[in-house]
This record gives sequence, structure tokens and C-alpha cells, in this order.
Amino acid sequence: MVVRFLIGIGAVVLSFFIYLGELVVLAAETVRSAVTHRMRWRLFLRQMVDIGLLSQLVVVITGGFTGAVFAAQTYFQFNKLGVASGVGAVVSAALFRELGPVLTGLMVTGRVGAAMSAEIGTMKVTEQIDALRALAVHPVDYLVVPRMLAMMISMPLLVAECIFFGLIASYFVSVNVLDISAPYYVANMVRWTLLRDIIMGLTKGFCFAILIVFISCHKGLNSREGAVGVGRATTEAVVNASLAILISNFFLTMFLNVIFPAGWQ
Amino acid sequence: MIAVRGLKKRIGAQEILRGVDISVGTGETLVIIGRSGGGKSVLLKNLIGLMQPDEGEIWVDGQSIIGLSERKLASIRRKVGILFQGGALFDSMTVEENIAFPLREAGERNQQVIAQKIAEMLEVIELDGQQKKMPVNLSGGMKKRVGLARAIINRPSCILYDEPTSGLDPVVSDSINRLIRRLQERYHVTSVVVTHDMRSAFHIGDHIAYLHEGRIYFYGTPAEIQASPDPLIQDFLIGRASRAD
Repeated sequence: MVVRFLIGIGAVVLSFFIYLGELVVLAAETVRSAVTHRMRWRLFLRQMVDIGLLSQLVVVITGGFTGAVFAAQTYFQFNKLGVASGVGAVVSAALFRELGPVLTGLMVTGRVGAAMSAEIGTMKVTEQIDALRALAVHPVDYLVVPRMLAMMISMPLLVAECIFFGLIASYFVSVNVLDISAPYYVANMVRWTLLRDIIMGLTKGFCFAILIVFISCHKGLNSREGAVGVGRATTEAVVNASLAILISNFFLTMFLNVIFPAGWQ
Repeated sequence: MIAVRGLKKRIGAQEILRGVDISVGTGETLVIIGRSGGGKSVLLKNLIGLMQPDEGEIWVDGQSIIGLSERKLASIRRKVGILFQGGALFDSMTVEENIAFPLREAGERNQQVIAQKIAEMLEVIELDGQQKKMPVNLSGGMKKRVGLARAIINRPSCILYDEPTSGLDPVVSDSINRLIRRLQERYHVTSVVVTHDMRSAFHIGDHIAYLHEGRIYFYGTPAEIQASPDPLIQDFLIGRASRAD
């Protein structure tokens, strides 16, 4: 009984490390391909449109309403302490350091990661990837490299956009709805928002882009068993990428806080 | 052109190929027949490195392809075209984009050259006027023909066909058979055709190999296989279920 339990645990741990190994191999192959093979600019631009341009609305709404609700909740607490003008500083720090990158990452995972996994998975089960290989085109060159580069460029920009609209919405709610003094709000926000907060947010966005693209492409490239397999791969891609973002966010926060410490010093 | 020795392939617990030996000379057409699920498509995919065998040797144009990396296989694959069972067209591209794909990937940028070659291919596959259609709007036979045009546009010296007439009505099947014959006569390509359509096999094959239980059970000309007294062969040729079934 105990032995069977330990064997079960061992199998799960082993399959997890095999999965991590496959992701690392895919990442290494992709980087090697990006450096040593010609770039397919049309595919890259198409991915920029799919990932960057068409994610705008989702990201704007996410940032805007997160900023608005976070400003309101912070105000409800801070107002009791008589420091309502500090709302801007708190909202700004939270958006830059945590909410902006994490929420953008989760939204992009749902919108773009799922699409990547489903599209590549469908190509796999309909032999389109075999057709690429048969035509002497490496699937990583054709499918993964353009997506990786487009994600690496788009995600930091989308994070910045999410934060920007979060700040605009929080300002609007704080000043026009909650009657916080605009000059105090802005002054506190500017004083407590530092370059290192901005760098931290964009760095996280960049790291999440890497996680989303490799987890999603790997799931797509390893799809099996027809439509059911593609559906399963897509679900697993979204779940794994979301969990990877949330877990890695903690470690990134601890690591980046050493380089870019929080708060004014 | 192609030589296979002792090829073995297992998928999961099932032993699909149990030691296949075949060779195909330059310009020759070999038809591989056998029952559904007998490993014909697996054998074909091994020939181009889309699957790796567990044991055995495969030589294409004098070069062993066993153990070659995906990138090293590219030079072999440029010499070999393959028609997939369902066409395997890129569903995000139009017919002409699918046909031109190998040209563009080979670095051809001259739009006039590309347009001229697309027109030539459309004439060969008799699909003039269909170049703007998406694959989803094509019939099964049209998809196969476009897949064939894509496979041959770079003039490979060998073409592999995976069930070129399966699921097609007799008239369309006949047009595909004629097209394969025309390609053989026009471009003198080596062909390996996997099928269980005997009419097609007799029409296009120089030699026929019968794959049974993971091995080549019979190898000969169309006339020889028709004259074979072996009950297993005769059952297959006339489509009769054997007593064991």
C-alpha cells in the first residue's frame, strides 16, 4: 500500500520534471532557431496583430475596472484613517508591481494562449504539422518563433496599457466619485511611483510572455486524439499557464524586490 | 532510390511493422497494399522521417535517414514530396497560397515566377479558377489534388502517396489515378503509393507489395499478383473476408 503510494507520487514528480524538461528543450530550440534561421516577418506581424492589437480591448477593460474598484476599496479603508489622498499611491504601486502584469498575463493567457494551443493542436491532429515537416519546414521556426517574438514585444506594452488605463480609471473614481483632492491624489501617486516600479511591472510582463508562449505552444505541438485531444490541450495550456503566472509571480516579486525594492527610499 | 531493411515499429503495445524489406528503383512506382490498420501509412511516414522506426534501416537517394535530426532531414525531404491521406492543406491559406508554400519557403520571391508555377500546377491538377478558394470549401478530391500540386511544385525526385483515392467516388478516383500516371510520365518521378484500392494499384503500379501482419507478404508485378494462387492474396484482391475473420 505504502509502496504503491510512493510509486504513484514518484510517477507524478517524474512526469512533472519530464514536462519541465520538454519546455526547456522547446525554449532552447526556439531561441536557437530565432538566432540562426531567417525570420518570417509576415507571420511575426500577423502574430503582433493577433496578440498585441486584438488584445487591446480586453486589457483596457481589465486595467480600467481593476483600477476603479481597487481605488474604491482602498478609499473605503483609508478614509476611516483620514489618509484618503494616499489612495493614488497605493493603487499605482499595486498596479505597477502586481495587478497590471498578473491580470494582463491571465487575460492574455485566456485569449491568446488558448488560441495558440488550439490552432497548433488542430494543425497537429489534421497532419498540417506533418505537412510542414515534410516540406522541410521546422515547426518551431514556422509556428513558435514568430509567436515568441510577438509575445515578448506585445506583453510589456499590454501591461503598460493595462496599468495606464487602471491609473486613469482610479483617478476618475477617486476624484470625481469619491471626492479626493486631485492635486493631493496626483502628488502622492507621483511621489510613490518610482522608475523601479515601472521596470518591475514590465519585467514581469516579459517573463509571463515567455511562460504563456512556451506552455501554450508545447501543449499544441503535443496534442493527441482529435478534437478531444485539442480541447484537452487547450484547457491544460490555459490552466498551466495561469498557474505558472501566479506561482512565478511570487518568486519574481521576491527576486525583483531585491533589485528594485518597494517604497520610497 | 529508396531501400528499407528490417524495419520494425511499435506504437504503444502494438507491433505495427515486424521487419519490412522493400526497395524502389529510380523512376519506378511501387504500390503498397494491405488491410486497413495494417501499418501502410506508418511505413510511408517512416520513409520520410515523420516517424522514427524502432529498428531497421532506411536509405533515401543513397543516404541513411535513421537517427538524423529534424533539421538534417530537411535536405532529404526536399527531394521527396508526400500526399497525405486528407490532403493536409494549411487551412489558413488559399489554394494558391498552399501550392506556392514550398516555393516561398525555398526562397522564391519573384511574384511572376510564383504565379507562373501556380498556373502550371493548377493546369496539371485541373483546378483552374479555384485558386482563391479556402481548403474548407473544397471537396475531398480537390483537396487531394491541391495537396498533390503542393507536393510536386518543387519537382521532387520521389513522391509518396498515402491513400490517394480513399473516400472518393470512382470517377474522381480515376481522375486521380490518371493524374498520378501523368506525373510519372511527365516528370519521371519515383513513386510509392499506399492504397487498398486494387483498381488504382493495377492502374499505376510497376510493382505491388502486399503488407500483411507487419511484413511484406508478397512482392511482384500487377500481373504476378493477379496470377498468384495464394488464397490470402486472392481474398484481398476480390475483397472477400477470409474464414479466419
